[in-house]
Amino acid sequence: MFGFVRIGRPATPRPRCALSIEFARPVYIAGVAETALGEVHDQTELSMVALAAREALREAGLRIRDVDGVFVNYMGEQGSVQVGEYLGLEPRYADSSDLGGAAFEAFVHHAMLAVAAGRCEVALIAYASRQRSKRARRVAASGSGTSVYGPDPFHLTEQFMSPYGAPSPIGAFALMAARHMHEYGTTREQLAEVAVAASHWAALNPKAWRQEPLTAEDVLGSRPISDPLHRHDCCLVTDGGGVVVVTHRDRARDARSTPIRVLGAGEGHSYWHVSEARDITRTAGYQAAADAFGMAGVTARDVDVLEPYDAFTINVIMHLEELGFCGPGEGGAFVEGGALRPGGALPSLTSGGGLSYCHPGALGVLLLIEAVRQLRGEAGPRQVPDARIAVAHGVGGISVRSTVVLGVD
Amino acid sequence: MTDTGEGYGDALTRDFWAAAREERLVVQRCASCGHHQFYPRPFCLECEDGEVGWVDAAGTGRVYSLTTVHLKVTPDLEPPYIVALVELDEGPRLLTRLVDEDGSPLVDGVAIGDRVSVAWHDRGEDPPLPIFRRA
Repeated sequence: MFGFVRIGRPATPRPRCALSIEFARPVYIAGVAETALGEVHDQTELSMVALAAREALREAGLRIRDVDGVFVNYMGEQGSVQVGEYLGLEPRYADSSDLGGAAFEAFVHHAMLAVAAGRCEVALIAYASRQRSKRARRVAASGSGTSVYGPDPFHLTEQFMSPYGAPSPIGAFALMAARHMHEYGTTREQLAEVAVAASHWAALNPKAWRQEPLTAEDVLGSRPISDPLHRHDCCLVTDGGGVVVVTHRDRARDARSTPIRVLGAGEGHSYWHVSEARDITRTAGYQAAADAFGMAGVTARDVDVLEPYDAFTINVIMHLEELGFCGPGEGGAFVEGGALRPGGALPSLTSGGGLSYCHPGALGVLLLIEAVRQLRGEAGPRQVPDARIAVAHGVGGISVRSTVVLGVD
Repeated sequence: MTDTGEGYGDALTRDFWAAAREERLVVQRCASCGHHQFYPRPFCLECEDGEVGWVDAAGTGRVYSLTTVHLKVTPDLEPPYIVALVELDEGPRLLTRLVDEDGSPLVDGVAIGDRVSVAWHDRGEDPPLPIFRRA
């Protein structure tokens, strides 16, 4: 077993259920790169991925031809096959699982196991979208009613959800927020604080879409979309994407920047239709977090930087509960007083997040990139001092959650 | 029209929509364990056993959560209107819309926990859609 010591941290007990396979071959994120962000008119999704892949692999001390595992979502039918071909690859391990925007943290989970088991050596996790410049984001009625044969008027979603006119996905998150407020007394002011905190971080990130901080009044006074969520409770709609390279220590020996250890990962999902949620205020995030922290042998108390998936402000409130930073229902109170802001007790959304930095339809890959940069000390004006453990927590569709715990060796 | 050309709905929901044409709200009930479920499955998810059959629901329940929609989502619905999750007294939850006593869209005056009862939204040729009003 390889020793693993976190400098300056108390020793934490090994989890009882640790996967021996993981400790047999420690796995690292050795390279990361964003694609072009914002509005991208001079590239295609595939060329964006190719450029980011070359950059991330160079950072890892590797080349495109070294990649033997491909993990993509939303890159078209048989996405790993399309991306693989574009890059001239013939991978021996591939995954195009559609777990929505949470796919990318789940891909770290899957890639970690594949690399640890020796089924691939260099895993490429990639995503790019031009949803903004293509004006592709439309308000859909209650999610996708598409079958494997194409649009299906009798898909369950089309029969029992779409006719009611709930906007997707915000309608489901609004229903979550309303119930959370009802059960726990969460307030719109607490939701607004999440957006304000994100915008304060974005003001420190030159790549962020929004450069001017929001005030609570800006958020509360923005136009209602689906109560209790207003315009500034909702993420941006931008182009963008990124690439993450997962490999083992030996293959990362020529890396140009510090490889970041994947300490643990987990995932889960519980429903497609919001009517099927057993408890709308609890998600599979509890499962994902328990598996990820269990594998890592750390808890929320050990986390220096949090990158939660802020598609909507309510997401972050619930993530804090799922991850154990507070108890169920206490997420609203947790964020009060600026805990998530620069200088706060739990620096979170440090890129500016989906609310103020970039939201290219699926945010998960960008959460990983920011977490890695924070742990390497590369985050410039927004650097969290002495960050040694970071968590990225993904959301997919409505109920998918995936968690990755990263650490500095 | 259906996926097989007979009636409205799919193979498992056809009977639900046929009942809706008679303004009856039906859910599945397990003959073995008594569990109610909706939407329909070919067996009871609770006991994975027993015969499931359609039974008339009381048509009453409580608002589990709700949101007022301010966006134009579909051509035939003018915002604002309230989309809600209603928990039927039998247990299953439905996504639905809330209306006033006279069938006009509700925009306020209703809260989580309020009692509601089923009403039917006419859709012309298609079977009517179950919506809910304050009980």
